[in-house]
Amino acid sequence: MWEVVLGPWPWYVVGPLIGLMVPLFLIIDNKSFGVSSNLRHICAACIPANIPFFNYNWKSESWNLFFVLGIVIGGFIGHEWLMNYDQVALSQDTVSDLKAMGISDFSGLAPVEIFSWSNLANWQGVLLIAIGGFMVGFGTRYAGGCTSGHAITGLSNLQWPSLIAVIGFFVGGLFITHIIYPIIY
Amino acid sequence: MKNIKFLIIGIAFGILLTKAEVISWFRIQEMFRFQSIHMYGIIGLAVLVGLVSIQLIKRYNIKTIKGGEIGLADKPFHPGVYIGGTIFGLGWALTGACPAPLFALVGGGYSVIIVAVVTAVFGTWVYGALKDRLPH
Repeated sequence: MWEVVLGPWPWYVVGPLIGLMVPLFLIIDNKSFGVSSNLRHICAACIPANIPFFNYNWKSESWNLFFVLGIVIGGFIGHEWLMNYDQVALSQDTVSDLKAMGISDFSGLAPVEIFSWSNLANWQGVLLIAIGGFMVGFGTRYAGGCTSGHAITGLSNLQWPSLIAVIGFFVGGLFITHIIYPIIY
Repeated sequence: MKNIKFLIIGIAFGILLTKAEVISWFRIQEMFRFQSIHMYGIIGLAVLVGLVSIQLIKRYNIKTIKGGEIGLADKPFHPGVYIGGTIFGLGWALTGACPAPLFALVGGGYSVIIVAVVTAVFGTWVYGALKDRLPH
């Protein structure tokens, strides 16, 4: 039994469990499940700089920061203690596409050839890690939510702006994957 | 102490994200290349469970555990929804992570992702600074 826990969890098991976050947050205290607001709360707590967007009582939203701290701890537990395999069972097509990009090490959850401190010395590393992070933070706030707030909570609540946002997520993601990656790798 | 339950839910969610491999740059590439059902199945079933839950809450007028009303605010529409959404998508394919996975990866020992968390916070800050000059 424990071996099953340590192995990969199938999508049809984890998908519904992730979906349960929506009613769980609502039933606990009528909270909306969403992660990206925390980036704003961190700004409000650390670098408000008299910007009106960051002048609000972020402490009343501290429950969400506790949620994010939990995600960090959960990432540690899941990775260190609940995984007995080292390679994601990717489709063969993806493996050959990524090999064509020059990736040879498929261990772990992210390619060490890209996501390493030493790769920050290359412009590609800066683009993927630092500029990519910037776009996630800027884009999600401008759009009003991320994958949890728009794709899961928003679509669950039949919000058509969330559908537009998710289409935008894919327009951007497909552009990087099919236009930019073939150019830079 | 009332925040401890959110910490515990966060731990469960972080484990789920890791075990679902949705925090994997490899899986995100597989998704944007339409080469597996994995990510679509997860997001699709998560939305289905969320949708049915919200409908049940509305139909049976379910209250919070404290007895309060439940209601979700509508998501407003403005040009940022598609402009920001597309910029977010660019970042998602580059980092292979959206905000929750960024935090889970840091916990999982991918220390360089701390840089992406810092630039994501900075990106949000720049949005806040430019907000009045951006189309809404």
